[in-house]
Amino acid sequence: MTLLEVSKMKSTSSLGKGKMITLGLIPFLILVILLVAIAKFGTGIEEESAAPIEVLNVEKITITDEGFEVKVLNSGPEEVTIAQVVVDGSFWNANFEPSDTLQRFDQSMIYIPYPWVAGDPHEIKLITSKGLIFIGEVVAAAKTPEADGNRFLQYALIGFYVGVVPVGLGLLWFPFMRRFSTRGTHAVLALTVGLLFFLFVDTIQEGLEMAAVAPGVFQGVGLVWFGVLLSCLFLIAMDQSSERRMQSKHSEGKNIAYKLATGIGLHNFGEGLAIGAAFAIGEAALGTFLIIGFTLHNVTEGIGIAAPLLKERPTWKTFLLLAVIAGSPAIVGTWVGGFIFNITFAALFFGIGAGAILQVIFVISRMIMRQSSKSGAPAVSWMNFGGLTLGIVLMYVTALLVKF
Amino acid sequence: MKKEISRRQLLKAGATGAFALIGSALLNPGGLFQKPVLAMNKHEIHAVKKEALHSGMKHAYDPGNVVTKGLEMAQRALTHFDYGKTGILANGKTVRDYELTAYDAEVEIARGIKFPGWTFNGTIPGPTLRCTEGDIIRVKFDNASTHPHSIHMHGIHPTNMDGLEAIMPGESFTYEFEAKPAGMQVYHCHVAPLGRHIHKGLYGNFIIDPRKPRAKAKELSMVMNGFDLDLDGENEVYTVNGYAFAYQQQPIKVKVGELVRIYLSNLTEFDLINSFHLHANYFNYYPTGADPEARPNFTDTIMQCQGERGIMEIVFPAPGKYMFHAHQSEFAELGWMGFFLAE
Repeated sequence: MTLLEVSKMKSTSSLGKGKMITLGLIPFLILVILLVAIAKFGTGIEEESAAPIEVLNVEKITITDEGFEVKVLNSGPEEVTIAQVVVDGSFWNANFEPSDTLQRFDQSMIYIPYPWVAGDPHEIKLITSKGLIFIGEVVAAAKTPEADGNRFLQYALIGFYVGVVPVGLGLLWFPFMRRFSTRGTHAVLALTVGLLFFLFVDTIQEGLEMAAVAPGVFQGVGLVWFGVLLSCLFLIAMDQSSERRMQSKHSEGKNIAYKLATGIGLHNFGEGLAIGAAFAIGEAALGTFLIIGFTLHNVTEGIGIAAPLLKERPTWKTFLLLAVIAGSPAIVGTWVGGFIFNITFAALFFGIGAGAILQVIFVISRMIMRQSSKSGAPAVSWMNFGGLTLGIVLMYVTALLVKF
Repeated sequence: MKKEISRRQLLKAGATGAFALIGSALLNPGGLFQKPVLAMNKHEIHAVKKEALHSGMKHAYDPGNVVTKGLEMAQRALTHFDYGKTGILANGKTVRDYELTAYDAEVEIARGIKFPGWTFNGTIPGPTLRCTEGDIIRVKFDNASTHPHSIHMHGIHPTNMDGLEAIMPGESFTYEFEAKPAGMQVYHCHVAPLGRHIHKGLYGNFIIDPRKPRAKAKELSMVMNGFDLDLDGENEVYTVNGYAFAYQQQPIKVKVGELVRIYLSNLTEFDLINSFHLHANYFNYYPTGADPEARPNFTDTIMQCQGERGIMEIVFPAPGKYMFHAHQSEFAELGWMGFFLAE
């Protein structure tokens, strides 16, 4: 290659670059022109909309000694002005912070001094200037717990015995399960897959339930599924890149156990969320019910986490760490649910949790299949099938404690 | 080696968590990191709220003092009577020409709330028509709206002037008849579906004075009505003369000892009845008011079904603020409440 040729190549490539940028910009320019034209001259359809489009979401109702504090979000396409507040069928004065007019995606607090009655239902109606009505409901009025240090610790304790304690208890079955043969170990692993499959379905369902009541603009149902797909693929990608680098077979079981703990931890975060939210809206009875239910339910999770370690020699530190990874998110969940609950965020989170669980199901199934083919045993033996069924049944039965 | 793996796993857990955080922050900018409600400057809010609570407890709803278009409309409806354009016929009878135009208009029915109404002359209720018994009245009706409408007036008149024929958009019709009997009448659109045509606002008071005038008095016109904002067949706002809490915000001024006469009608749709209750005083009530010599009902509470109307005569014995409202607590607290200020 002569010098001339090189310089020639450079010049064409720089020329090509300029051309490329121009080519890339043309559609953009046309788009901008089009948008400006539409904004200026309209779409050509000269119709007024039949009904005003306003969307207000009541995000949270806090009940204090002084009355109600209602957090609202404008998730509609237009500005919304709240003209009047009607509480229990009666016009009521209210203060707005920062304003009674909300732009798209603005949030406001409405302070309503109201003599609420403990245990009674209350209805807060917001009437906009265009005459649309949005309703916030208090099912049974109870003072919202204040976020003081004491409450913080109480919630932490709840999270601890819903998350860390039962998972730890489940892990204590490790020495017992260790005495199993390979077939028995596989059955326990299959049981874990069963547990996880139940958790996967349950987490998705919870996520979709949240999504259904989340503001429409955030496309909650989409968020759940995007969360599933992306978190699952993210964990697989992490796995594959580390596998390539390490090539260590010894740690496979432990590797899976940690992954399991992480996925289950994300799920337990959701459980904490449910408990915290129940306490936050004054349903202490429901909260207690959930605590007992989740504690029993989560013991099975400990068994699941221990299963992949049956062929290894883990130390007590490993178990402690696993219990913390899987259980402690319940503490954080309880805090979040009790103090700063956000339903859209929750929907996304459930999706992410489900994705993490899905990835673990994938990894454990692959492990069973690989080891089975090595030993020449069928992957879906009756033992394994039985284990899987037992896992699902165990979860189903213990879940009866938390469903109503 | 052991340690490294666990650290890696922790990182993964952390990364997933961070992913969640970032996602939520994108969704709800500021929502995640903003201070929780209860962590705001509590003392400030506390003081303001406590004060608001106390005043809220003492006086219930305070409509404020913003003078809106809707309020002005209700004030005008109270004392404005349309006697029409007067002329004398060859036979010596008085003829009165009225003009009513039906058109769609946004009407303010409570501070800040607009109601997409169907109106006579742009207000809900429509103008109060007034004449004397025996007058020939001619009501020229123009339909400038997009739906067929009519004017059906209560009283005694030929059936071809009864307003059962729909007048199509862009068309007009003149209702002509001799006004009788003396008393309190109402008018409203009589095109099907009736419920919709009435609840959207096509109604008003129609007063026929007796030939021998009633005793001199301060006269007021009141129409009780309701507004269904979300069209679910239930009213969200109740008013007298079309604006919630109008006379609570600006009490009706009367003089002690003076005779006050109120022409009251009920055109509330959906609810079976409406009512009027006066505090700390009594009044004489003449149902329909067709017979001025009739013995009135001396009471402090009367009720009317839709289309029912009557005349109330009140004397306030001493200075003070006399509350009046529907004695359905629900209606009262949803806007149908006011005061007389006797001086």
